[in-house]
Amino acid sequence: MTDTAEADDMREVPDGVREADAPRDSLLARFGNDRPLKLDAGVALSPFQIAYRTYGTLNAARSNAVLICHALTGDQHVVGVHPVTKKNGWWETLVGPGKPVDTDRYFVICANVVGGCMGTSGPASTNPATGKPWGLDFPVITIRDMVRAQAMLLDHLGIDTLFAVVGGSMGGMQVLQWAESFPDRVFAALPIACATRHSAQNIAFHEVGRQAVMADPEWRGGRYHLEGTNPRRGLAVARMGAHITYLSDAALHRKFGRKFQDRENPTFSFDADFQVESYLRHQGISFVERFDANSYLYLTRAMDYFDLAADHNGVLANAFKGTPTRFCVISFTSDWLFPTSESRAIVHALNAASARVSFAEIVSDKGHDAFLLEEPEMFGIVRGFLDGASKARGLTSAKAG
Amino acid sequence: MLSRTDPKLTANIARTPGGARVDLVLVADMVERGAKVLDVGCGDGELLRLLSERRDVDGRGIELSREGVNECVAKGLAVIQGDADTDLADYPDDAFDYVILSQTLQATRQPRVVLEHMLRIGRHAVVSFPNFGHWSVRLQLLFAGHMPRTEILPYSWYDTPNIHHCTIKDFVQLCAAIGVKIEKAVALNAWGSPLRLNAPWWFWNLFGQQAVFLLSRKN
Repeated sequence: MTDTAEADDMREVPDGVREADAPRDSLLARFGNDRPLKLDAGVALSPFQIAYRTYGTLNAARSNAVLICHALTGDQHVVGVHPVTKKNGWWETLVGPGKPVDTDRYFVICANVVGGCMGTSGPASTNPATGKPWGLDFPVITIRDMVRAQAMLLDHLGIDTLFAVVGGSMGGMQVLQWAESFPDRVFAALPIACATRHSAQNIAFHEVGRQAVMADPEWRGGRYHLEGTNPRRGLAVARMGAHITYLSDAALHRKFGRKFQDRENPTFSFDADFQVESYLRHQGISFVERFDANSYLYLTRAMDYFDLAADHNGVLANAFKGTPTRFCVISFTSDWLFPTSESRAIVHALNAASARVSFAEIVSDKGHDAFLLEEPEMFGIVRGFLDGASKARGLTSAKAG
Repeated sequence: MLSRTDPKLTANIARTPGGARVDLVLVADMVERGAKVLDVGCGDGELLRLLSERRDVDGRGIELSREGVNECVAKGLAVIQGDADTDLADYPDDAFDYVILSQTLQATRQPRVVLEHMLRIGRHAVVSFPNFGHWSVRLQLLFAGHMPRTEILPYSWYDTPNIHHCTIKDFVQLCAAIGVKIEKAVALNAWGSPLRLNAPWWFWNLFGQQAVFLLSRKN
């Protein structure tokens, strides 16, 4: 550690303190001016901090680390009670003791992404130069920047090679970026429900969400933290729109159909007559309690800019040329946001690069969100893939050793 | 395309005392130890498992059926969902030491193109297929007058995945036509025993129920 970086600590912070600067139930790695994060935008971010959580025990050989990359609205609270929502961790279906990503065997790390709002530096964090929230002065970040920051965290933790990097959606993009940027640091990669580029349709949906935020008068050109307002309505609408893209027609129909909400007949008004309306409103409202509107703009932008092939003259296979990493790509039949065709494109590129790749499409009617839900077939595949990889890696089944 | 997970096909193939399918053991024995292998139409991964246990190979698989793929991946095998007819084109030249097509050739739409791709991707190809020249097949057509149904070709003509049947003789001619060298060939009788090595082709063509060929490119 350098003199500018303080030791990590598990912070005890009273309610009401802004999560962006002082995240609860998280570890904090601080990087001083001597260790700037060089961003794709051409500027350096320093000082900055990364909020993260770990589960399980790092073995003596430091060879059993699994990095979980979270999705757009996720955070470092993979397992355990979330300090803001008080709900369970977002991937407790997959990660934990005895789960497919078994914390009895692996040392699991998950860090809030750069640009996020749960303790890693982002637009809601305090700009050390001014002592005020960054707002739109925060530099635009990319998926590659997120991965660079995670690599700095691993250096800080003294972990050279990850046994596996696992993530879905935007997390899957980070997994692919990890394999491209640091092939020798990734033994196994598990990109789920993702793509190597954001499609025009996906960018379009994100733009609608951003415009909803910016159209809220409380957004104040991104200066709402300074002016004591909060663009809740705009962010809630953005979330409602996005949430539809995470589901499927079949899932919505099964869950809600045309059922009315607590009433027998339509009210002939614009109340939330239908259950699906009520559900979406709830999704929107609960989201703004835990998420920063500017952060939403930055992270959606990062996904839009993602295009791995573009960094290799349009030839995706060149992104993985000679890769030593073994891959397992997973998609879901009803995911229309990141359809199977996108995963197939990843697999084609990996084949062309002679990479060791497995690919499974899972039948589910739950849409894009399926990767977060109870999908036993996915669990079996993740477990089998990691088991096979751990044998190849020479990991014993016991924990720390 | 046919899936090797198909119980209708696999139930009637002879097995070794250890429980492994004789044709797969034969295929596995043609592969050099430690080689890099692509198994096209890998079914539930039985051959890949055999190859990794007996020959210590770096094995990959392609399988058409989703169930087969997901079963393989859950076993830790590197398998993708794909079709021999369309997806072999994605692989670069010389990516593998061996490309294996076991009990699948007759179910491909373009057997010749598939075979050419196999020998482009791999230095060697191993192909096994049911011999349509077997005496029992010939007798059924000659005397019963209907499309043959046998232990390893159990389908009716209207629902068979096998659209390009060939005899051992036909296959040898295809190899000659595309300039492929036959390194080794074995024909198995209905009990899974290899036929005499020095028997002439016509004998194999009549009494071989299945054939396994090891091929390489002609220089």
